[in-house]
Amino acid sequence: MVKNTAVNKETEISEETQIKPYTMNFGPQHPAAHGVLRLVLEMDGEVVERADPHIGLLHRGTEKLIEYKTYTQAIPYFDRLDYVSPMNQEHAFALGVEKLLDIEVPERAQYIRVLFSEMTRILNHLLNITTFALDVGAITPALWGFEEREKGMEFYDRVCGARLHSNYFRPGGVRYDMPAGLAEDMYDWADNSVLKVVDDLDSLLTENRIFKQRTVDIGVVSKAQALDWGFTGPMLRGSDVAWDLRKAQPYEVYDKMDFDIPVGKTGDCYARYLIRMEEMRQSAKIMKQCIDAMPEGPVMVDDYKVAPPPRAEMKRSMEALIHHFKLYTEGYHVPAGETYAAVEAPKGEFGVYLVSDGTNKPHRCRIRAPGFAHLQGMDFMSKGHMLADAVSVIGSMDIVFGEIDR
Amino acid sequence: MLFDQIARSFLLAEIVKGMGLTLKYMFKPKVTINYPYEKGPISPRFRGEHALRRYPNGEERCIACKLCEAICPALAITIEAEPRDDGSRRTSRYDIDMTKCIYCGLCQEACPVDAIVEGPNFEFAAETREELYYNKEKLLENGDRWEAQIAANLAVEAPYR
Repeated sequence: MVKNTAVNKETEISEETQIKPYTMNFGPQHPAAHGVLRLVLEMDGEVVERADPHIGLLHRGTEKLIEYKTYTQAIPYFDRLDYVSPMNQEHAFALGVEKLLDIEVPERAQYIRVLFSEMTRILNHLLNITTFALDVGAITPALWGFEEREKGMEFYDRVCGARLHSNYFRPGGVRYDMPAGLAEDMYDWADNSVLKVVDDLDSLLTENRIFKQRTVDIGVVSKAQALDWGFTGPMLRGSDVAWDLRKAQPYEVYDKMDFDIPVGKTGDCYARYLIRMEEMRQSAKIMKQCIDAMPEGPVMVDDYKVAPPPRAEMKRSMEALIHHFKLYTEGYHVPAGETYAAVEAPKGEFGVYLVSDGTNKPHRCRIRAPGFAHLQGMDFMSKGHMLADAVSVIGSMDIVFGEIDR
Repeated sequence: MLFDQIARSFLLAEIVKGMGLTLKYMFKPKVTINYPYEKGPISPRFRGEHALRRYPNGEERCIACKLCEAICPALAITIEAEPRDDGSRRTSRYDIDMTKCIYCGLCQEACPVDAIVEGPNFEFAAETREELYYNKEKLLENGDRWEAQIAANLAVEAPYR
């Protein structure tokens, strides 16, 4: 580690004494590593010279497992990638399968999907901003933000029966319709509750000098770097690139929604923080529009070759029972072909590249996780900064290891 | 403008504002609950501990069609079936490895007779793995214990399924 230390009293540290850059291990069990990130840092004193992220500690072989599961069975795996925004990822997979099957999702299901995608975005950003603040020394935002997250997860629970691993979006629509009263409660949440907490976080953090000292001009990503390294989401928009899949390639009903895309100018941790704050407000706006415009109707395609028949019909009709048995054993066959479907997940572009060989299981399912591309930038973003700033950089990247290691 | 900035900076305006806000929160009613005695709300769709249900006459519902075994993404369910003495087809073994289960709810979706359900219970932590290898006896016992609540939940959910 340190050469010529003053272990014996004769060797004193003179001006010629060389302190070699020493290597430090950060994580994988460090609370600021946001999961199982192991960073090998080459330090010059307290300054980071090189950051080398070591990944793979949460590798579960999701992509390979999906090749051995039917399309229905594959959905729960998507919840477990980025476990803070499960529904957005199911969404990407569902869109891909729908493209291959060439089916149109009922309008109500599209609205429900957008509604829950946006709520998930708020929940994700609440978690990210508050833990980011926790990393740079502020505990209070985490306590307030998690109360709102709890309310959001109750909505998850009411719609699908689980607080995190929802298994709710299915190819062809969503599993169940929203229970009575949920839309009103969600509107109230988006209209009052969550915005109040966002405003409170705003007044705690945005102007706070300690928070600004820890984030302004830290981890600057230039426009060119952001594009070169394949950044998406707030990481890209923080560097003055107005790119959002919801606007650039609208899917579902995003083209009918009125919302703005916040863009940062400076590309530092603070810009990314500001973008996430604004995105939460915009998402609340989209949620309200969705609930206002949501039509009545079915939430699943009316095709029993893809979607299981309703329970009452399955009990009554022999044909429906046969479809039910077929779907829950063999699953549906997807026509041969390949497709790429991407959604604007809270962390960036989450894409699924699906190759089907015409059987009931995907031949290949490649998952494009935004966090993986962002983590690659760890080296140039933290170079020349202090060790404590590396923590800020990790926090502002919005790292979740489920999706990076897959 | 500049004067304003300097004044704010020296008077710690944003810090004081933040402190004021936290003080305001201090007098708000607390949101935490006293967990083992108070519990958060659970929806009728909640997917918790599994249970095997019976018909009101005491006959077990499961007909050993093995749909749940087939759909389970985690391969947590093992079923063996043979005709009973009265000739009806029933399971001779119904095991769920709760350590493998991912609580996705596909088994209860697949079940054509509402026999296997994920009930409202989430407090079944155990100290050893062996306690979490559920067999048919344990699952039926769960069903008997939670039947009232499960039946009420299913009735509420019937229009949506």
